[in-house]
Amino acid sequence: MDKSNINKIQKFSKSIRRNIIDMAFSAGASSAHLGGALSIVEIISTLFCHVMKYNDDPQWQDRDRFILSKGHACLAYYAALCEIGYISKDELQTFEKDSSKLLGHPVINREIGIDFSNGSLGMGLSLGIGVALSLKKRKKNNRVFVIIGDGECNEGSVWEAAMAASHFKLNNLYIFIDNNKFQQTGTNDQIMKTSDLKSKWESFGWETIDLDGHNINELCNYFDSMKDTELKPKAIIANTVKGKGFSFSENNNDWHHSILTKKLYDKAVEELEVNK
Amino acid sequence: MIIDERNIKMWSTIGARATFGIAALEIAKKIDNLIVCTCDVSTSAGLDRFRKTLPDKYYDLGIAEQNLIGVAAGLASEGYNVITTTFAPFQTLRCCEQIKVNLGYMKQKICMVGIGSGLALGTLGFTHCCIEDVGVLRSIPNLNIVSPADSLETIKALEAAVKSEKSTYLRLTGSSNNPIIYNKDYEFKIGKSITLVDGNDIIIFCAGAITKNCLVAAEILKKKNISVKVVNMHTIKPIDKNILDESQNFKLIVSVEEHNIYGGLGSAIAEYNSTFTNSPKQLFLGIKDIYGSGGTYNFLKEKHRLDPEKIVEDILKNLD
Repeated sequence: MDKSNINKIQKFSKSIRRNIIDMAFSAGASSAHLGGALSIVEIISTLFCHVMKYNDDPQWQDRDRFILSKGHACLAYYAALCEIGYISKDELQTFEKDSSKLLGHPVINREIGIDFSNGSLGMGLSLGIGVALSLKKRKKNNRVFVIIGDGECNEGSVWEAAMAASHFKLNNLYIFIDNNKFQQTGTNDQIMKTSDLKSKWESFGWETIDLDGHNINELCNYFDSMKDTELKPKAIIANTVKGKGFSFSENNNDWHHSILTKKLYDKAVEELEVNK
Repeated sequence: MIIDERNIKMWSTIGARATFGIAALEIAKKIDNLIVCTCDVSTSAGLDRFRKTLPDKYYDLGIAEQNLIGVAAGLASEGYNVITTTFAPFQTLRCCEQIKVNLGYMKQKICMVGIGSGLALGTLGFTHCCIEDVGVLRSIPNLNIVSPADSLETIKALEAAVKSEKSTYLRLTGSSNNPIIYNKDYEFKIGKSITLVDGNDIIIFCAGAITKNCLVAAEILKKKNISVKVVNMHTIKPIDKNILDESQNFKLIVSVEEHNIYGGLGSAIAEYNSTFTNSPKQLFLGIKDIYGSGGTYNFLKEKHRLDPEKIVEDILKNLD
């Protein structure tokens, strides 16, 4: 992997984290889902910088499709849409404000690159299947990327979709499971054991891989070295840290949804500057 | 579709479900981007020929209704015109939140066809009967709800729903030997009710296969010198306000439905009529918020007082 490319993605990740804390701080007492947004920063950065096909037109027919099924992690999504020029910095400041386009869960708005509304868990993969089927029907080689939470895998509808994606041999469909080992009110083990996610998805007929969801090199290598020989959808179990990037939020589930105070915001800005 | 006497008879004999299957195939032959998605019910929905004839336009999602709606919405988002179908309870209640988010909130456009709604599947028990679908879906914005009166209207409604910009729920009631309401072609428009019989004492609003019983009831009342107007309220949402404005001039408003009296056609009428200062009294005929025992379609219609004689009895009791 080319070092300059890695640097570019790292820089993008840093900008995303900065956008995330800026939005969370501006939301103030409305609170923000920080933990699960911070755990997908490197995944979303790799997708937008290295993997996905898109251009200046958010509705370009030949773009790859992106669906954030774990909609509460939208801070990372909005941050990325800002970095690629679909949303302005000023717009980010409207996060969770009255009548904003940017609510605490994504609202469909194709002019700014949000293809679907999400937020109610367990629905994004089904949409992804519909889109992937459409692309296949039209013989397009675009890919569909869906990010799903590990807690989200509690939802039965995820497994309805898991079964269907392999049944329809959707090798153009990729999911990342953000395996940060936490859900809203505790660890997966405390609330609902997800056990071995990799073997579960494998047994549903998916091509699966386990990797470090914060290691840009590993993420890029997966896509760069991929040989798409089997007609299977792909599940990437991305092992991540909830709240990744800030000392106060890493593996601290209080940051699933919380208020970023001025003091902690300043601390976060400082930590971002130190961690080059 | 050739709408003639012979076909109308045939569609009536096979019932609304099988007629839907035939109509879907004919529509799909004409509309390039049409897709049908089902949940392991191709035979029940009369879609076996469709599946064999147009396999590229047919997806069976297996017994997984939540995924059905999501996949259909995903296809719709890419420009496909999608019809989904399965038994009414599973087409609506089982995937209610997917309908809310994907069709209501996100406005992805599909047409959902709930087969075997109402009481027709009574021998299978109330897991399969469906007396709640309209009530539940009526609270979700951006959906049409249409309940065709007979097999021909099923075809007309399906054609309209496929063309509609909004998602539509088509509620198919009745069984085979579905009574004929329309014996020739006519104009059908979502949201525009159709007066079947004119009259000026009582106005009956009905929807679905129960419409026939209302027409028979009106005949009986006519013999008793009571003049009844019967209105086919095929579209429950959006409700036709013009005819409701007109209904203010009657002595009694009667709503008849194969649905819980809470939440369905009767409720929709009452919600609008309650905005008038002196709206006439309304009689709600339907399932009185119970499940009760199962049984054959005719048995259940009588039990829930939806046969013509009991409709007449209940109307007479409520006439001052």
